[in-house]
Amino acid sequence: MPNVTYIALIPLLPLAAFLILGIFGRKYFKNTSGIIATALLLISTLLAVYTAYGYFFEYGKVDGIYQKLIPLKYTWLQFSEGVSIDMGIIIDPISVMMLVVVTFISLMVHIYSLGYMKGDDRFPTYYAFLGLFTFSMLGLIISSNIFQIYIFWELVGVSSFLLIGYYYDKPSAVAACKKAFIVTRFADVGFLIGILILSFYSNTLDFNKLIERLTTPESNELKNAVAASFLGISALTWGLVLVFIGGAGKSAMFPLHIWLPDAMEGPTPVSALIHAATMVVAGVFLVARLFPVFSISSPNALSLVGYVGAISALIAAVIACTQTDIKRVLAYSTMSQIGYMMFALGVSKYGGEDGLGYTASMFHLFTHAIFKALLFLGAGAVIHYIHSNEMKDMGGLRKYLPITHITFLIACLAISGVPPFAGFFSKEEILLAAYQNNKTIYWVALITSGLTSFYMFRLYFSIFWGRTRPSSFKRDCDEVKGEGGFVMMLPLVLLAFGAATAGFIPFGHFISSDRITLENKFHLMFSISPVALGLTGIIIAMWMYKKENNKPEKFAAMSSGLYKAAYHKFYIDEIYIFITQKIIFNLIARPTAWFDKNIVDGMINATGEGTKEISEKIKTFQSGKIQQYAICFLVGLISLALLFIYVWK
Amino acid sequence: MQPGLYHILFISTVLFFIGVFGFFTRRNLVTMLMSIELILNSVNLNFITFNKYVWPNKLDGLFFTIFVIAIAAAEAAVAIAIIINLYRTHQSIDVENAEEMKF
Repeated sequence: MPNVTYIALIPLLPLAAFLILGIFGRKYFKNTSGIIATALLLISTLLAVYTAYGYFFEYGKVDGIYQKLIPLKYTWLQFSEGVSIDMGIIIDPISVMMLVVVTFISLMVHIYSLGYMKGDDRFPTYYAFLGLFTFSMLGLIISSNIFQIYIFWELVGVSSFLLIGYYYDKPSAVAACKKAFIVTRFADVGFLIGILILSFYSNTLDFNKLIERLTTPESNELKNAVAASFLGISALTWGLVLVFIGGAGKSAMFPLHIWLPDAMEGPTPVSALIHAATMVVAGVFLVARLFPVFSISSPNALSLVGYVGAISALIAAVIACTQTDIKRVLAYSTMSQIGYMMFALGVSKYGGEDGLGYTASMFHLFTHAIFKALLFLGAGAVIHYIHSNEMKDMGGLRKYLPITHITFLIACLAISGVPPFAGFFSKEEILLAAYQNNKTIYWVALITSGLTSFYMFRLYFSIFWGRTRPSSFKRDCDEVKGEGGFVMMLPLVLLAFGAATAGFIPFGHFISSDRITLENKFHLMFSISPVALGLTGIIIAMWMYKKENNKPEKFAAMSSGLYKAAYHKFYIDEIYIFITQKIIFNLIARPTAWFDKNIVDGMINATGEGTKEISEKIKTFQSGKIQQYAICFLVGLISLALLFIYVWK
Repeated sequence: MQPGLYHILFISTVLFFIGVFGFFTRRNLVTMLMSIELILNSVNLNFITFNKYVWPNKLDGLFFTIFVIAIAAAEAAVAIAIIINLYRTHQSIDVENAEEMKF
């Protein structure tokens, strides 16, 4: 293995951008900060690509198996023999793949933001936050220690909080960033407890050792972890489920998804970053990282992952069909696609052909990152042009935004799984894996795939077709601006190219559950039904939305109950509010607050009041008469002298 | 008759208590300062006496006395400066008028 310590630079360069722009940006780099951050990230991206090339084609493979390499490791906190928090770099197929995805998408977002955020007052701050976000995600990917991943996990949470709340003068943005932070933080408590359980039984925090100890059937650690049980479920399963709750929080899985649509309050490129490459895929990545433990030692936890993923995918797809805010539609589609990745992991087994779900999940993560970034950036271009997120303000934009129109169409085709675009390949693999292992999930996935193409093309036709001139179309100011120039179009074109071609990468050659090459098999007969369903979705969307008509309203009226429930996101937010405000506030928070105000504060106040009373009484001793003091002093001195002479000889 | 250790200690004790008495009874700040000087001088006398009668070959007591005199001079300078300031603000150097400087 050659010396690959330069990999440490990949996350450190965005960190450098964050520090430089965060500290000096507003003073010295008012206008150049975007260029600086983009240049640093470009170096990171090139390094990541170089790493991937080296790893996959030169030194990564030994005896047909991709190795888990640890080129850099530094023990940070040693708790006991064998248990330590390390700062290290792990290089294996998924981390290398993620390095490329994250740096590339982040680079696209950086370039795009040069145009999108131009003229913003806090331009340097924006780029500093982007740098921090990229750094956290890259650090998370290459963590070699489960506690290290937790540290970066929280950093991702913080930086998403900063970016979602970027427009801090908008109350809705402030509420959204708090919501995102609290929900994910709440889930992270589960993650932390899960880490503690897993590390307690495996007696290590290191990923490699942990996975090895918890997957070897003969090991004492595994026996102990399985033997210990709580509420009839083994400690190992508890640990994994809790870790998955952390992952579900970050990945916006049902029922912890409520922060995701609100997170649309951030600038649109940030949404692209959150939804495509960073943050939401962190949960999938975490499950993939611990996949051997899930699949070999605790199939129950893994099937939970599968069902949660499938439910999330379906619910999100239904909700996405009814939303009118274009970014919210995309947000729910993200949730749905992340659900796909989750249940693909859930139906997968370890090793060989049965590990198809794992490969498919990572493949979908890869392709989804590309076309979802493209969708968000395209939506950003539309919003940039029209100054509104609402579908009703749009329509007929294909003449005004030709490049955006074409790239958006490619992304929609990709996400709908139309061959030969990227989404087709990854989705087919996922459906195949589901078909082989779990028929229930397969049917859910199939319905979801139909819904996906429906709501994506509903979005597409509402934006670019329909009315020829939107009612609230401000021609005078927008015509000049057009599509936002080269810097905004370049990422769209690059990503569109990716979305069209990424599917042809033989992914199984690089990534598989046991890190041995998995041949991609293409099943023509199998893919007929999903593609047909996808095309049906597209045609229905075209029929309903291509020309302005009253079919959508009629349809909504026909299925009024379901439509209303889906429009209100199945009242999950309301349920949360009911639980928190009515139950938790009244039963737990108010008594606690009373106890705090009256008992805890009462004790402190009593001490303070008592001291004040006493000092009020004794302050008259201080009369200001010097001679009185002198007498006291003398009497004290004489009595001390007498004491020393006669008593304590 | 050569004066002995006890004679001088007697004088020093008398001097000390005269000083203490003066400090307690006088109301004039300058007089109180003078009383403090008396107390310091009684201590000086003690140092010199013990040096002469107990360790005749050493000079430690003398050195100590010189230090005390130097400190006393500095202290007098500070004290008189305070007294002058007090006089400027209160038109008096009566210690009872300085009472309001408490808390």
